[in-house]
Amino acid sequence: MINFQYLRTTTAKSAIALLGKDKNAKFLAGGTNLIDLMKRGVTAPEKLIDINHVPLKEIKQAGNKIHIGALASNTAVADHALIKEKLPLLSWALQAGASAQLRNVATVGGNMMQRTRCGYFYDIEMPCNKRQPGTGCGAIEGFNRMHAIFGTSEKCIAVHPSDMCVALVALDAEVILAGPKGERKLPFKDFHRLAGDTPQLDNNLKADEMIMGVEIPVNNLTKNYHYLKVRDRASYAFALVSVAAAFEIVDNKITDVRIAMGGVAHKPWRLTASELFLRGKEASLTNFNQAAQLAMKDAKSFGGNDFKLKLAPNTIIEALSLAKAKA
Amino acid sequence: MEKNILKDDNDRVDGLLKVTGKARYFAEYELPGLTYGVLVTSTITKGKITSLDTKAAEKAPGVIAVISHLNKPSAAAYEQEGGPQMKIFYTDKIFYNGQPIAIVVANTFERATHAASLVKATYAKETFNTDFEKALKDPKAKKFQGQADYKRGEENAYKTAEVKLEERYFLPIETHNPMELHGIIADWRPNNQLTVYAKTQGVKATQGTIANVFKIPMENIQVNSEFVGGGFGMALRTWPLEIATVMASKHIGKPVKLVITRMQMFTMVGNRPAAIQTIGLGANRDGKLTGITHRAYGETSAYENFTEGVVNMAKFMYQCDNVNTSYAIVPVDLGVPIWMRGPGEATGAFALESAIDEMAHALDMDPLEFRIKNDPETDQQKNKPFSSKNIKEAYQIGAEKIGWKNRKNKPGSLVEGAWQTGYGVSVGVFNANRGKASVKGILKADGSLLLQSATSDIGPGTGTGMTLIANKLMNIPVDKITFELGDSSLPPAPSQGGSATLSTVGSAVNDVCVALKSTIAELAANSNMDATSNFVEVLKKNNLPQIEITRESQGGKERDQYSMYSFSIHFVQVKVNSLTGVVKMGKIVSVGDSGTIVSPKTARSQMVGGAVGGIGMALTEESIIDHRYGRYINNNFADYHVPVNADVPEIDVHFINKPDPYINPMGAKGMGEIALIGFSAAVANAVFNATGKRIRTLPITPDKILA
Ligand SMILES: Cc1cc2nc3c(=O)[nH]c(=O)nc-3n(C[C@H](O)[C@H](O)[C@H](O)COP(=O)(O)OP(=O)(O)OC[C@H]3O[C@@H](n4cnc5c(N)ncnc54)[C@H](O)[C@@H]3O)c2cc1C
Ligand code: SF4
Repeated sequence: MINFQYLRTTTAKSAIALLGKDKNAKFLAGGTNLIDLMKRGVTAPEKLIDINHVPLKEIKQAGNKIHIGALASNTAVADHALIKEKLPLLSWALQAGASAQLRNVATVGGNMMQRTRCGYFYDIEMPCNKRQPGTGCGAIEGFNRMHAIFGTSEKCIAVHPSDMCVALVALDAEVILAGPKGERKLPFKDFHRLAGDTPQLDNNLKADEMIMGVEIPVNNLTKNYHYLKVRDRASYAFALVSVAAAFEIVDNKITDVRIAMGGVAHKPWRLTASELFLRGKEASLTNFNQAAQLAMKDAKSFGGNDFKLKLAPNTIIEALSLAKAKA
Repeated sequence: MEKNILKDDNDRVDGLLKVTGKARYFAEYELPGLTYGVLVTSTITKGKITSLDTKAAEKAPGVIAVISHLNKPSAAAYEQEGGPQMKIFYTDKIFYNGQPIAIVVANTFERATHAASLVKATYAKETFNTDFEKALKDPKAKKFQGQADYKRGEENAYKTAEVKLEERYFLPIETHNPMELHGIIADWRPNNQLTVYAKTQGVKATQGTIANVFKIPMENIQVNSEFVGGGFGMALRTWPLEIATVMASKHIGKPVKLVITRMQMFTMVGNRPAAIQTIGLGANRDGKLTGITHRAYGETSAYENFTEGVVNMAKFMYQCDNVNTSYAIVPVDLGVPIWMRGPGEATGAFALESAIDEMAHALDMDPLEFRIKNDPETDQQKNKPFSSKNIKEAYQIGAEKIGWKNRKNKPGSLVEGAWQTGYGVSVGVFNANRGKASVKGILKADGSLLLQSATSDIGPGTGTGMTLIANKLMNIPVDKITFELGDSSLPPAPSQGGSATLSTVGSAVNDVCVALKSTIAELAANSNMDATSNFVEVLKKNNLPQIEITRESQGGKERDQYSMYSFSIHFVQVKVNSLTGVVKMGKIVSVGDSGTIVSPKTARSQMVGGAVGGIGMALTEESIIDHRYGRYINNNFADYHVPVNADVPEIDVHFINKPDPYINPMGAKGMGEIALIGFSAAVANAVFNATGKRIRTLPITPDKILA
């Protein structure tokens, strides 16, 4: 065995302190991603800091914000009455992810931090700039059916595989991070990064920081919403393309609208231009079509994922239509 | 479901053991002093090992031995010239990426796993090709004939037909992936005595292969394999990894357990080979077939050839005077394939049954009507009558149950929002086999019957079927009958494959029961008892604790006189989303025409399992290789998509349930393969009916619908 030290702590403060002591330490939450990566030899932390006993599982409303602790399980969030009532889009997105068994142990923080599912990243015999910078990207000229069409770089075309994060970015969430010097908040849309020249970095969490939770402003997006995940089988598969769509209609006009996509970029992909276009307009198929075309402006494909150029706008249209039909 | 199968039919005799975890699978045997093996595998695709550094592994905690071509523990047959090319640990050649090159044995599995990661190989690399299509196009690449060319009437007659088509169909590699991982426990004792706990579809076959490699008598080898967690064909041979484990046990003088990883399941235990097929069909305007040409290429490995019956069906399934077929295999630098459920016939049926649907469309005919119109009365290939065939009745039942009348012949007619609905049909057919097997029956004065045979049960419910055959003949309650299998010391039986076990072993059970009954009748007569006396009384009267009879059974002349096949019809309804390309199975009706149904509950399970496998073949399963490296990309259960519950709709299973008068005493034909054969074409045909898009490359994923 590659030996590692297993540590357990019950406070965030000591967890952060332990993390700070060691460059090669990692938090262990549900373990559903980290342990797989260790087994495949992709990562080999010397210390595992088990944070499952840190009290960060709360799901509550405070003022006009809903707070979700980083260690709440994916199931706990998806099934929580408050979330179902006030943030149904998030509940749906969570339920579209992984399997019931995985969701039972996977945590909110872990979900944000999960690594790409790119096959080259997982196989240590293959080149991968994300796993080992400088070795090349196996996917660009290889099997890239699952890969990104937006914001790609010459170094990496991987996608962030999370469903939950797509809903979070659509819902204007903020993530709360804590380090040795205290807490900071970051708009969730700025949490994940594009690959650029540093594909090894998935996000902007600092090496000595811990995710404490997320805050999501209460909204009026509880009527017309849909999370549509297109995948190779009906459950337990990562998205080819997924769309989180929600809007509010007043007097036949869209007053607030959120659209984000998964399976298309190195981060959850918010469709700002499409939102801007739809705001103030009628929720009609023609407008949905146009919004979808706007979203595709800078798309670029790599052979295996050419079909996403068609699938992505189609999925936007279908998600918006289903959201409309819901009321 | 019309009847409650849980109430009406007999449960699996081992069902309780299975659901309570008491059924023991090979990896669950704990032997004293058990050690653990882990395989080291090649990271290049072709070439030679130039050095193998095992020092660090040997020094790692708990390691007992590292075995490779450097220390080749003796395996007599491998020391001789000739034989297979892949003589594990007797060659430094690399034939494919992921080939086992060493086994590390340690006192725990984790330690062996770690030590295996410390073994470092260097290689002299050679150029390679793992791309089947590329090999096919390369005029310099090798190709071998896989089956003798067949011709009846005029060759390529379709070309001059009134209505003709010629289409090409592609099937990727599919990997069996049963739940249970492959492996073995080997315990080599002094005096060349060997016990193994195996995952095998044939205990006698395993015993024979090991005896051959190590040149020890069969009697020295005890093979146990009582329960098998799914085989689908991959456990029909003894693989190099099993020989490696036996070698290791012999070398260290301790029992060694090897369980391979899910990733290794993609490279060490075969797969359904990729295939490229062209079908030419010709018909006259009235809808009579006038020419069928089926040409197939199958993938094989560079070190061993593998062939299967891809083009069999074209020769007899439809009435047609002009039929020709050819089948060649093309080596690539991958592990050797093996039969996967429905084997080559399922591959062939996808192409043929898609083409039949395409022809019906070209003729503007209902594809069901087209099939019925071209249904042969006799087998034109063998020029013999069918032993039994109720296909038209099966068509009728299935059509009614699926609601075929709702189908529109014009594709794309049934639309609701983005969803398009379509219906498809296909037939499946497979040889109704019967081999030779022996069964021992021990009838006891306590009222019980023990039956024994060295057959296997990879899941279909062999013990249940055999018990029910005996139950019917002997009128002994099911719970007083025990059928023992999976033990090489029992009377011999062939491997479980080719849907033949119920027919083959069941016949021997029948013969034993008949013999036991007549012995009881004789004893009764001799002791002046009524001929109908209960056997318990007869035995007691004769002071016999038990009587024991062994019978060997096999088919006779009837097998030459009749053409014997099992048939299935698959009807499916699908819904296709025109925006997202998602295909959802709406409904499935599978009708089996396989003679008498001996055990309705397990028979239904076979059909259900076949349909689920068929959904995988049609919609989700594909083993993907990066041909630049020769390595699999999706070799895990997250990325290799077997259908999940949410993909599987209600599966409505029906049986014709009419005895075949010639096949065997039960009138029962096999059904493991027909449950899957043809299914994928039914789906492709339904997708066409829904959308007007003909997908000729499996699996039918959203990208293909959108293309
Ligand atoms: C087979 C399979 C299928 C899946 N399918 C899907 C899917 O369809 N959709 C989807 O969205 N996801 C899917 N997942 C991924 C799953 O959602 C993630 O594995 C899970 O959310 C990770 O959470 P965890 O708590 O188990 O994280 P862990 O594995 O414990 O940790 C993951 C990473 O996060 C870090 N970390 C955890 N908590 C914190 C924290 N509070 N602060 C800082 N760092 C932290 C860890 O150090 C580690 O690096 C799938 C996973 C598997 C194995
Ligand atoms: S896409 Fe990114 S993760 Fe995948 S091989 Fe390229 S660099 Fe690695």
